[in-house]
Amino acid sequence: MAKDRTKEIGAFAAAPDDNLIICRCEEITKGEIRSAVHDGMFTLTEIRRYLRTGMGLCQGQTCSRLVKAIVASELGVTPSELEPAASRAPMRPIEMRILARDLGGDQHE
Amino acid sequence: MSNHAEVLIIGAGIIGCATAYYLAKKGISVLVLEGSDSIGDGGSSRNGGGVRQSGRDPRELPIVMYGIRHIWPNLKDELGVDVEYYQEGNLRLGKTEAHLKILEVLTQRSVQCGLDVKMISGVEAREICPYLSDSVLGASWCPTDGHANPLLATLAFYRRARQLGARFITGEKVAEIRKLQGAARQVVTQNNVFEGDRIIVAAGMESRPILNTVGIDVPMTPLLLETLVTEAVEPMFYQMLGTAAADFYGHQSTHGSFVFGTNSGLEPYAKPGKTVSSSVSASAACRGILSYFPVLADLKIIRTWAGWIDSCADHVPVISPVEEVPGLIVACGFTGHGFGIAPPVGMLLSELATGSELTLDLSDLRYDRFKAR
Repeated sequence: MAKDRTKEIGAFAAAPDDNLIICRCEEITKGEIRSAVHDGMFTLTEIRRYLRTGMGLCQGQTCSRLVKAIVASELGVTPSELEPAASRAPMRPIEMRILARDLGGDQHE
Repeated sequence: MSNHAEVLIIGAGIIGCATAYYLAKKGISVLVLEGSDSIGDGGSSRNGGGVRQSGRDPRELPIVMYGIRHIWPNLKDELGVDVEYYQEGNLRLGKTEAHLKILEVLTQRSVQCGLDVKMISGVEAREICPYLSDSVLGASWCPTDGHANPLLATLAFYRRARQLGARFITGEKVAEIRKLQGAARQVVTQNNVFEGDRIIVAAGMESRPILNTVGIDVPMTPLLLETLVTEAVEPMFYQMLGTAAADFYGHQSTHGSFVFGTNSGLEPYAKPGKTVSSSVSASAACRGILSYFPVLADLKIIRTWAGWIDSCADHVPVISPVEEVPGLIVACGFTGHGFGIAPPVGMLLSELATGSELTLDLSDLRYDRFKAR
């Protein structure tokens, strides 16, 4: 859907819970997320690329719903209007020495 | 709000965002149309972050050299965002005599263009990066190369351009460019018609069908690129890495994670359409990486991603005015090395769009240079 990024959402206003950690893996606070929206980051994908929310060890499995609610509230839309950021393989962190053993390269068994 | 701007840019990747920034800074009205829902969703967010001169084609080398001398070192202050730029050199590694021959040819070519790059021994390479395997026989070394964070750099240009008044519309897919009295004037999307005195097409692979609507064609094909990211570890080294065998490239980021690009050899035959990681590339990359850096064997991969490179017929971009369609300017076909060069390209495109004198000569990168055999 077409979205004009000049949309007026008002100035960033500090709040008492701005220091609350939302993304625990990357230690990103609620205030940083709200402030990023005022920097023009209107999609969850942009927020993730700008702040690293959901880019740590758990890949957003813990915080993505919280981030979505905060961004939606800041933009004045409902959370269901925001597309989630893409999930990426692998499902769990995996060591390079294990991932390397997929029978490609010169390996034959 | 008016649907007219002095300059209309199609594509909000790092090229479009940087151009919008330089134009907005000059007080020019800019409107940027992006087909995707997010800014920088194509190659700009799907690359290895290299800010590199070594190994480049002589036709584009002067542009990236200018950027590294005059723009990248100040970008953090200029844009107000730390784009995580490191200038700690580029090591291109070789493990066989054949590799060293490849590196010598590349090095010779860059030296002729005035670049400070030289061949070093395996021992010297390990003095620069002590984590390297003893199997590395030699490397090319360019001390002024480096890397930056492409996600942040793209969004930083967008943020600053927007603050300076540039208007961005995402999710606005361009259907065609229309001429008025022989000159490019209108851009038609699904929902709207926009007008610009100048129209810049910087839409990666999508540039091709858009340009086709005014009879211009740039020969390029989509080529899959895949990347993987590790967990964060303590700082180890900040050199940019590449190899003569092209089996991987990458660097450690500010965050502590390593970002590694891969080359499985199967990329030209990737399934067309949606950008998804293949099931084989991450494993191939791990084999490549561990053969140069066995010390990283226990490091965990936490994420992979894929993107499309707009691979141009002669592997350098088109950055050019189109005289036969007055008002039209093209910047596409960056062939997988568009990130490091993007800031000076944005500056040059802003000069083309305003008719100012060009800081660098662009005649080798014209749109009509492609000739059949």
